Amino acid sequence: MNHPAKTLHGLGAEFPSAAALLHAAQKVQSLGFRRWDVYSPFPIHGMDQAMNFKRSKVSLFSLLGGCTGLTTAFVLIYYTSAINYPLIVQGKPYFALEPSLPIFFELTILLTAFGTILGLLLLTLMPRLHHPVFNWDRFKKVSDDGFFLVLESADPRFEAEASRKLLREIGGDHVSEIYQDPEENPHPARPESEATQ
Amino acid sequence: MRADNPSAQAAFSQASNYLERRPLVANDRPLSWITDHVCRIVEQPAPKWWWILTIVTGAVATLVPAMLTYLVSTGVGVWGLNVPVCWAWDITNFVFWIGIGHAGTLISAILFLTRQKWRTSVNRSAEAMTIFAVICAGIFPAFHVGRVWMAWFLAPVPNANAIWQNFRSPLLWDVFAVSTYFTVSLIFWYLGLIPDLASLRDRATTRFRQMAYGLLALGWRGSNRQWTHYEKAYLVLAGISTPLVLSVHSVVSFDFATSIVPGWHTTIFPPYFVAGAIFGGFAMVLTLLIPFREIYGLHDLVTDKHIDNMCKIILLTGSLVGYAYSMEFFIAWYSGNPFEIYAFTNRAFGPYWWAYWSMITCNVAAPQLFWFKYCRQNPWVVLAIVMFPNTGMWFERFVIIVTSIHRDFLPSSWGYFSPTWVDITLFIGTIGLFVFLFLLFVRFLPMITMFEVKNVTPQADPHSDNSDHHGTSLGQAHSAQAHA
Repeated sequence: MNHPAKTLHGLGAEFPSAAALLHAAQKVQSLGFRRWDVYSPFPIHGMDQAMNFKRSKVSLFSLLGGCTGLTTAFVLIYYTSAINYPLIVQGKPYFALEPSLPIFFELTILLTAFGTILGLLLLTLMPRLHHPVFNWDRFKKVSDDGFFLVLESADPRFEAEASRKLLREIGGDHVSEIYQDPEENPHPARPESEATQ
Repeated sequence: MRADNPSAQAAFSQASNYLERRPLVANDRPLSWITDHVCRIVEQPAPKWWWILTIVTGAVATLVPAMLTYLVSTGVGVWGLNVPVCWAWDITNFVFWIGIGHAGTLISAILFLTRQKWRTSVNRSAEAMTIFAVICAGIFPAFHVGRVWMAWFLAPVPNANAIWQNFRSPLLWDVFAVSTYFTVSLIFWYLGLIPDLASLRDRATTRFRQMAYGLLALGWRGSNRQWTHYEKAYLVLAGISTPLVLSVHSVVSFDFATSIVPGWHTTIFPPYFVAGAIFGGFAMVLTLLIPFREIYGLHDLVTDKHIDNMCKIILLTGSLVGYAYSMEFFIAWYSGNPFEIYAFTNRAFGPYWWAYWSMITCNVAAPQLFWFKYCRQNPWVVLAIVMFPNTGMWFERFVIIVTSIHRDFLPSSWGYFSPTWVDITLFIGTIGLFVFLFLLFVRFLPMITMFEVKNVTPQADPHSDNSDHHGTSLGQAHSAQAHA
């Protein structure tokens, strides 16, 4: 399969198990590759360390969301009950902490959840419905039982032949080129014959 | 060092035989079996029973808009509530439904934080149940306000009266608590669905399915750069849902506890309501799961062990609820307050004695059967027993709400509440709506969290090369030692 006219996204390889993928990832990381990723049907324990990831920043967005929620709740209650229209109800103070706590809590939780989701979408760049890896037909197994490693051609250490050899050496099967442009039939639906097992 | 000593090693392996945990996925199923078995439910043509049930429950669900239209066009008088019983079936149904939802959040959040791996095969359907239960719950207070077209006065937006909401009112807290609960549950549920929607997208045989599930999956590709953020987001949402689920029913109980009505004005209410909610919720989870497990042959994923665990939670929370019932009586007597004492004697021996003793039978007595292993191990016995908590938790709310206010301080204002046909039909309608929504969920979305179930299989453990070995904790420790 040679498509010289097409832009190469990278080289993909399939691995038989989560353990094999983890070992392969450790190897690739130790060789100093930067633009690569592994793909699996579930998060693999220890993969973040193997790929030398830092702590995910999602929780920072959660914290920001939570702070916004708490501030919103405070401003909302204080402004409406003590500034904009102070009204004595049952001889109670215009503003007090105790009866405000439930709403402080609920709005903090609500905006933490919004912050978390927003952070997740921003950090994972989702939704992104098209991606070169979807052009690889074997890749459909990623959400079933496939374990993949893709080295991107944009990586400075990427060399078509050497990288192909590397992927084979670390135990990868079905090493194939993945192109930027989809085939004429982009991401074809699974043939009927394969559907029923 | 232990590995060097042969006799110690023999003792260790013997201990590991005794202590070996039952695997969470029975019969050593491969990963693709899990995907196939769960996706198949959605992909195969709908079976005949599904059509029949969906049409029947859908028809029953139309009673909800019918009764609400009748209510709004005629007036709230079509419900049986009146002074002194101004809160009756509507609020009973509200608390009943919102309580059911709690099991879903408990499974998805608290059991996640406490690393209870068995939650993985039940959390999706339990969370779906939460969302549908909260939808059913929300109908009642919205229409209970009387003039439902003014329900927006509850939202803090400037209105023509120029006065703001009373933020000291527990009813307003309830609005915030329930709407936050619904929104966060929905977000958490959807987050969990994303990788599984990608499975359905990748297996799609028609362009329409591929597009629909593809859009919903947001382009998920299971890359580790996505997983790392995904796991963090999941952890944060579980972390915030844990206090949230405990707060929601506490806030619901404040509706009662902050009043001065004898029988409502008690400090035990928040924990008692939360325990009751979890109790009733797990009963409903089992009610829904056991038939679907049989129909779809999911015995290897929802194993007897899962059912056993849930029965134990029902036993625990049922006993907690029983403790709360007796403690209420004790405190009423101990307080020396004649109104308080009367409220509770009236509960047990007054005109609503039948509701009280139904509640005791269903909630305190029936779950005690789960002390027996036989009752926990036989799904059909479990299904029969959980019908008691399902009924009993409705009676509990009825007893708390109606018996407390039908006879309060002044005998001249005593009364007796009976439901009208509109009350009854609307409640039946919400049951239909709940089952109808659940049937749609089972048909169109994967009812078992595939990626999480795969993650607790032995082959998912990247540190064990022996891929056919069971991933028991001792087994893992053993193989780790062998490596070292």
